[in-house]
Amino acid sequence: MRIFLLILAIAWTSQTKAEQVIHKEKSLYRNIVVRESRNRRCLVFAVKRGDRNQTCISLNDPNRIVFPYARMTFAGLLLQPTPARILVIGLGGGTMPTVLSRLYPKSTIHVAEIDEAVVRVAKKYFSFSESEHVSVFVQDARVYVKRAGLKKMTYDLIILDAFTGDYIPEHLMTKEFLQEVKSIMSEQGVLVANTFSTSRLYDHESVTYGSVFGAFFNFKMPITSNRVIITNGRQLPESKLMQERANKLARRLKKYAVKIDDFPRHMKRTKDWNEKARPLTDQFSPANLLRDD
Amino acid sequence: MINPINSLVFCLAFTSGFIIMSIELLGGRILAPYFGSSIYVWGSIISVFMISLSMGYLLGGKLSTRNPGLLPYGCFFLLAAITLVPAIIYGDTAMDAVFLRIEDPRYGSLVASGLLFFLPVAILGMIAPYSVRLLVENAHHSGQVAGVLYFVSTLGSALGTLLTSFYLVLLFEVNQILLTMVLVLAISGLSAAICGKLLK
Repeated sequence: MRIFLLILAIAWTSQTKAEQVIHKEKSLYRNIVVRESRNRRCLVFAVKRGDRNQTCISLNDPNRIVFPYARMTFAGLLLQPTPARILVIGLGGGTMPTVLSRLYPKSTIHVAEIDEAVVRVAKKYFSFSESEHVSVFVQDARVYVKRAGLKKMTYDLIILDAFTGDYIPEHLMTKEFLQEVKSIMSEQGVLVANTFSTSRLYDHESVTYGSVFGAFFNFKMPITSNRVIITNGRQLPESKLMQERANKLARRLKKYAVKIDDFPRHMKRTKDWNEKARPLTDQFSPANLLRDD
Repeated sequence: MINPINSLVFCLAFTSGFIIMSIELLGGRILAPYFGSSIYVWGSIISVFMISLSMGYLLGGKLSTRNPGLLPYGCFFLLAAITLVPAIIYGDTAMDAVFLRIEDPRYGSLVASGLLFFLPVAILGMIAPYSVRLLVENAHHSGQVAGVLYFVSTLGSALGTLLTSFYLVLLFEVNQILLTMVLVLAISGLSAAICGKLLK
């Protein structure tokens, strides 16, 4: 028994030793930590109670997308397989823009990220880079989207991934914001939003998206508690068409560990939320309070 | 120290303290759709409130030297109520205009919060020094009176901050809360004016 405990202790210390902090900084918005273990490097937005990994990359296989929810985001391609103009809201470690720029080297990719420090860290530790086709705008997403609307810019694919889990930017959850997002979606445009699946917020958020876009795919997978909302604001495509597209895309996405051909069957059209919940608006948006309830 | 006028003044000073901070917190909500909710937006709001209040203190102190009474005191509340209404009705129009003209969200939020809140908050700022004057007329310990007044109005501010951010935003829309403030200010102003008439 003693030997067993000793082994356990050694295993424990070696494991904690294996994980080390390679970068730490306090930005205007949060504490940013980059941690590295034997084969993973993670961007962590540190909070006292339970750190949250924002992005992890696999050091052995840099192409591989580690988080299930990040893989799920690619389901947007089933509604829009050839996005020429892409907007990513929330950079994190830059996984989405990096992979999308490899998949679509000719597409224009814009990223709106509020925190300049996150951009720096993504470039230094997560091999994110800007290029002729990829540009980052250090701006509040609400301001970015409003200005884009004024300039009549449109996007074929918009990925909304601005929620860190600790604090929700409440002005990015309202009906008015989603209407502004809708106004910069091209005719074939698609919105993919990584959102909350637990707490009362799930109902409020679902109703809010429904009120702006009508029908949407409610995409959940058993391996993660995330919920991804996917919508084109029009008629959603038939499952058969999506499966065909998925089968075609599967080979290209394989090296990123995105099993897209498995996605269509998890993308539900049924409403499993309380439809009487109050939609979130600029006038009423206590998202952080609702989540804690 | 306990006489009807003093009680009324303390009560109204508490109310104005409550409302000032409640409006300030809601200001963050009102500006966020146009300028985001970053630290500089709060910087703009807080600066505008501080500037408005300081101007109000100056003007309120000045006015308290000429025939101080409950009637003009009540008028401050009524004026504050009236000047708060445009922020509710024309707030979006004003912010649209600012958003179009100023690219930088720092200056955009500064100008917008100035347009929306300068007048009502400056008028609310006039209440504090004027209250001191009204109280001192009825008591001789002016420093102590001012101390109690600050106590009451700052306590009101604390409660306004707490209740608004913890509960009011969860129950009501921003404009519903603001309209209630307008109503409360109007009632406060009328009651001061009426008491002024009755006690003359």
